[in-house]
Amino acid sequence: MPSLINIWWLGTKELKELIKDVTMMLFIVWSLGVSVYTQASGSGETVNNAAIAIIDEDQSQLSRSIIDLFYPPYFQKVQTISAAEIDRAMDKGQFTFIVEIPPRFEADTRVGKNAEIHVSADATAVQQAGIGTGYIQNIISQEVTRYRQEMQSYRGLDSTLAKRRAFNPNGTLAWFSALVALTDQLSMLMIILTGAALLREREHGTIEHLLVMPLRASEIALAKVWANGLAIMVAFTLSLLLVVQGALHVPIAGSRPLLLLGSAVYICAAASIGILLGTIARTMAQFALLMMMSVMPMMMLSGGISPVESQPQWVQYLTWFFPSRHYISFMQGIAYRGADFSMVWRDFVTMLGMGVSFLTVSLLLFRRSLAG
Amino acid sequence: MDAGFTRPVARITGVSHRYGATTALGNVSLELPSGRMIGLIGPDGAGKSTLLGLIAGARKLQAGSVDVFDGSMGSAGHRRAVCTRIAYMPQGLGKNLYQEISVAENLSFFGTLFGLSASEREARIRKLTAATRLLPFLDRPAGKLSGGMKQKLGLCCALIHDPDLLILDEPTTGVDPLSRRQFWELIANLRRERPSMTVLVSTAYIDEAAHCDWLVAMDHGHVLASATIEELRSKTGAQDLDAVFIALQHGGTSTHEQLVIPPRQASTQAPVIVAKDLTARFGTFTAVDRVSFAIERGEIFGFLGSNGCGKTTTMKMLTGLLAPSEGMAEVYGQPVDANDLSVRRRVGFMTQAFSLYGELTVRDNLMLHARLFHLGEQKSTQRTEQLITEIGLSEYADAKATSLPLGLRQRLSLAVAIVHDPELLILDEPTSGVDPQARDEFWRILVDLSRNKGVTIFVSTHFMNEAMRCDRISLMHAGRVLVCDTPTRVIEAEGARDLEDAFVSCIEEAESQAAGSAASAPAPVVPLTASAAAGSDQTRHLPPFMPIRRLLAYTRCETRTLLRDPVRLAFAFLGSFLMLLIFGYGVSSDVSNLSYAAFDQDNTPESRAYLANFSSSRYFTEKSPIRSSDEMEARMKSNDITLAIEIPSGFGRLVKRGSDWQVSAWIDGANTSRASTIEGYVQAAHNLFAEQRSRESSSAVATGPSTTILVRNRYNPTGESIYAIGPSVPAMLLMLFLAILTAVSVARDKEIGTIANFYATPVTRLEYLLGKQLPYIGIGMINFLIMTATVLFLFGVPLKGSAITLAMGTVVYAAAATGYGLFISSFTSSQVAAIFAAAVLSMLPTMQFSGMMQPVSTLEGGARLMGSMWPTTYYMHMSVGAFTKGLSFTDMQTDLLSLIAFPLVFVTFSVLLLKKQEK
Repeated sequence: MPSLINIWWLGTKELKELIKDVTMMLFIVWSLGVSVYTQASGSGETVNNAAIAIIDEDQSQLSRSIIDLFYPPYFQKVQTISAAEIDRAMDKGQFTFIVEIPPRFEADTRVGKNAEIHVSADATAVQQAGIGTGYIQNIISQEVTRYRQEMQSYRGLDSTLAKRRAFNPNGTLAWFSALVALTDQLSMLMIILTGAALLREREHGTIEHLLVMPLRASEIALAKVWANGLAIMVAFTLSLLLVVQGALHVPIAGSRPLLLLGSAVYICAAASIGILLGTIARTMAQFALLMMMSVMPMMMLSGGISPVESQPQWVQYLTWFFPSRHYISFMQGIAYRGADFSMVWRDFVTMLGMGVSFLTVSLLLFRRSLAG
Repeated sequence: MDAGFTRPVARITGVSHRYGATTALGNVSLELPSGRMIGLIGPDGAGKSTLLGLIAGARKLQAGSVDVFDGSMGSAGHRRAVCTRIAYMPQGLGKNLYQEISVAENLSFFGTLFGLSASEREARIRKLTAATRLLPFLDRPAGKLSGGMKQKLGLCCALIHDPDLLILDEPTTGVDPLSRRQFWELIANLRRERPSMTVLVSTAYIDEAAHCDWLVAMDHGHVLASATIEELRSKTGAQDLDAVFIALQHGGTSTHEQLVIPPRQASTQAPVIVAKDLTARFGTFTAVDRVSFAIERGEIFGFLGSNGCGKTTTMKMLTGLLAPSEGMAEVYGQPVDANDLSVRRRVGFMTQAFSLYGELTVRDNLMLHARLFHLGEQKSTQRTEQLITEIGLSEYADAKATSLPLGLRQRLSLAVAIVHDPELLILDEPTSGVDPQARDEFWRILVDLSRNKGVTIFVSTHFMNEAMRCDRISLMHAGRVLVCDTPTRVIEAEGARDLEDAFVSCIEEAESQAAGSAASAPAPVVPLTASAAAGSDQTRHLPPFMPIRRLLAYTRCETRTLLRDPVRLAFAFLGSFLMLLIFGYGVSSDVSNLSYAAFDQDNTPESRAYLANFSSSRYFTEKSPIRSSDEMEARMKSNDITLAIEIPSGFGRLVKRGSDWQVSAWIDGANTSRASTIEGYVQAAHNLFAEQRSRESSSAVATGPSTTILVRNRYNPTGESIYAIGPSVPAMLLMLFLAILTAVSVARDKEIGTIANFYATPVTRLEYLLGKQLPYIGIGMINFLIMTATVLFLFGVPLKGSAITLAMGTVVYAAAATGYGLFISSFTSSQVAAIFAAAVLSMLPTMQFSGMMQPVSTLEGGARLMGSMWPTTYYMHMSVGAFTKGLSFTDMQTDLLSLIAFPLVFVTFSVLLLKKQEK
């Protein structure tokens, strides 16, 4: 009980200081407002505005009708180039896709002779190349089939694959990237905020001052977690309502209170990482480096940029220790799939467990680090 | 020399200076004679430091005019011209020294800034360090010197260019009496050698004003008097300098009340603090060596000693902040235990540095501590109000703690330390840097606590008059207690005139015992000034390429600092390597091991054949089949499966008959881009089956082969992510690591105070910034080599294009990244803010909008704009192109040219935003 009172009062002090710190407040608004919005709205579709060129050596009605099928927003206006330009244009990165329609293409198709269309993709943009060539193949084969049917020369099996996307029927990329952006910004803000708050106390000598009072190290750390966590939680809720739902129109299928509860747990886990780094680092410069080395992998490998399942097994074992990986999975479950607690409890408990263990480790290191 | 007397060295007319709402200087006019030793005295917040900063040209003039050496310090041209004749040593122990680099390196740095050639520097360094007895410590890092030695080094650095005007801001604050004495002897020698040099010194020790021949007394931003000591004495009719000052403050009459300490009643109770053979070791260094003492209840126990002798360490052990290596400390008969909170409730502690929360008000600070001691809401409010009145802070109750003058801040710290009515007070140099009157006020409170409330006080101090007020004192040196007795008996035992003499002789004895007779020999009289023999007014010839030399001086200094921080170096190199490894292996947009389940309502050989296309693929991992549509929905929701293939009943019949047939694929769309990739795979598997069937189908009119679409994945035939990720990750890492490291480095200069060297020396903004930037570009290039080797040999991505062009691009890119760091640091003042700004503003464009996962051309709106205005976009393009596309110089020159614009813009903005003077 007395411990709780200490944590409460220390936390209010933390909040008072944070509110008066205009720069920090601006950064929070920037992170959870502007950054989330640009990241979510800016990413367009995976195949969006793709630069495409066509080498039309047939110049027939069919080839022209194929060209007409590549239109915005998926593709930029089709450029027509000559065969000699292919290598040069590709090297300069002018086009991501180049489609080559051979001479006599229409004639061959009409008589059912084999005709080959070449599609070159700049595979340095791996994901876009992969999905984009799929699109292009579909577009061309559908058009060819339609043409053959028109010519009455061909009657193949009409098979359909009805592809339906659950939870995000139109495949709006912003839905996914909004949540990823929120997670990224939350991780970064919480880690810097709590870690730097701890280091600042040490650099300014106030931490020694606190430790000679009847306070425990745990109380000081917990106060930082709840105070900064609360501030960020408020900012997060606002961002979810105003930016994600309001400006980006991302629907939330599941229970909002559950989503917020899980976010609170994640915020505590991230704050514990911040405390841990603040304890290990001796100077701000060291903290900055440590922070980069933990925030960057959290952003890159938690499933936001590339799927966790695609990682090699040893990397998956490593990323299991990132609370952000479980948080993204938790958020996706609730926000899109409309999952209830029985379906996401595993992620929830893992995050909670991690928060508690990180905090425990940092508390153990904390007092020891002060002795030096 | 006569001319020097008629022409003042500095003429100040109508100068006012404000910091926000507080006025530091109010319409000050003053003339300072040249060739004199001028003392600047006055309480805290009188405006001494501000005035000195203005005269040195380190502070920006707000109103009025300051003329130094017959020219206005408001003009940048004049400042540049005369700053080689001025030396400025700012306030704070070794504040303008670089703590990580050695004594010789510090001196050499200053020498280079002022245009001394290598041989000149060498000679000056030897001469100065010999005179200040620093010669044996040339290789020791400045941070490892004691306070007194730091101040001597500071003086050497100031003297290295043989200035005509030496400005010292409180050079002896926080320095022990012996070092202070040595410091003043040095100054006196200096003056004898070069009488034409003007020394301008501010001090909190009024007795030190006796060393000066001209005094300027200041208070509340106004000059009370400026005259020789004799004139002042005759004007006020007082002999004692303390009295003179107080008389000046009160308009000519002395009303100062002497602080009288009532005698202490001897206590019969058990001692409050007992230390027995207390020892603290850090590695091989023994900071505190077998210290023993016992302190009685109600006693004021003074703890004296030279800088770095172990006073603070001893106090830390008494408070439980530090566990003793040997021996024991008892408070109230119980061993000090860091985990025992009950003892802490009876102890009040005040640390050396100001440790209150600056952003909170006086009342908030007191309330917070009262609450943390669980006084209860009502009692807390009562106690807070009571202390505010008792300590005399009523006027400031709602002011921020940082806005208080030092003396008041220390009183607030004391109030906070006694908020819970402790029985024991431990105070670590509570009055360091506080002016005499404020110190007296402070001691009045202490005496009241001791005598009327029976509080035991354990206090460390450098002030001898404060030590005289203690019941007992102990003198510590090099970790050991030399004497422990009442002040008068200490003086008697040493046969000294006063306590200061006793202190000095005591320490000198101890030193001579420790080091043999050599150390106690008087300092060799070595000339300190270069022109002592040749006479003054000789103009030095500057070596050529001064801007480059100054720039490189900063580079050298920064590089050495970096080399002495192995942790930072290890992170900088190993960190980026590790990151590259994790990202190289971990980031992959290939979808594999995708869990799917079949919902086969048909269950015929045809449907099984259709599904076989999935189960045999390396992309898909089959889960147990689905039995109902409810089950399908539930399993998708719980993320058990990502893909469900639904085959309607009658599928087999339709296929056999050759009619139109349909299959549904349900894809988890939560991760949008992954869903698109999966769609592609599913379509491919489907097409495969459809094609097989259509070939077998007899109903086709024309069975000729259909159109084949051949896909060629250029540059990355296998479509593996590593070919894209390998060359792009270094671009991302270089940007983020370099930007943050550079930003922190400049912000650290500002926070620690070494930026003062930039204000007060001839170095220009561009030289300073580029000098700081160079070492980090170097780090960037080494990193580039490490990472390129990793990509080439570990990831096996060949570098097909022009390596030279890529390396050139990297230099420019590293300059852009560090330039961005400089830009961030030019508008942030603390390291935290710099880290925050550098990370928050750069992570998004670097990681998301620079084309690593998504080409910049597919981005929209703000993201597109941010991406195209960010250097990483162009460098990543170059790097990926050089590795996988085999681009040559001509192919990459557009990117290279765009890249060059970034460092230029960043550095230009940094130069414009960085202030050459303090506000």
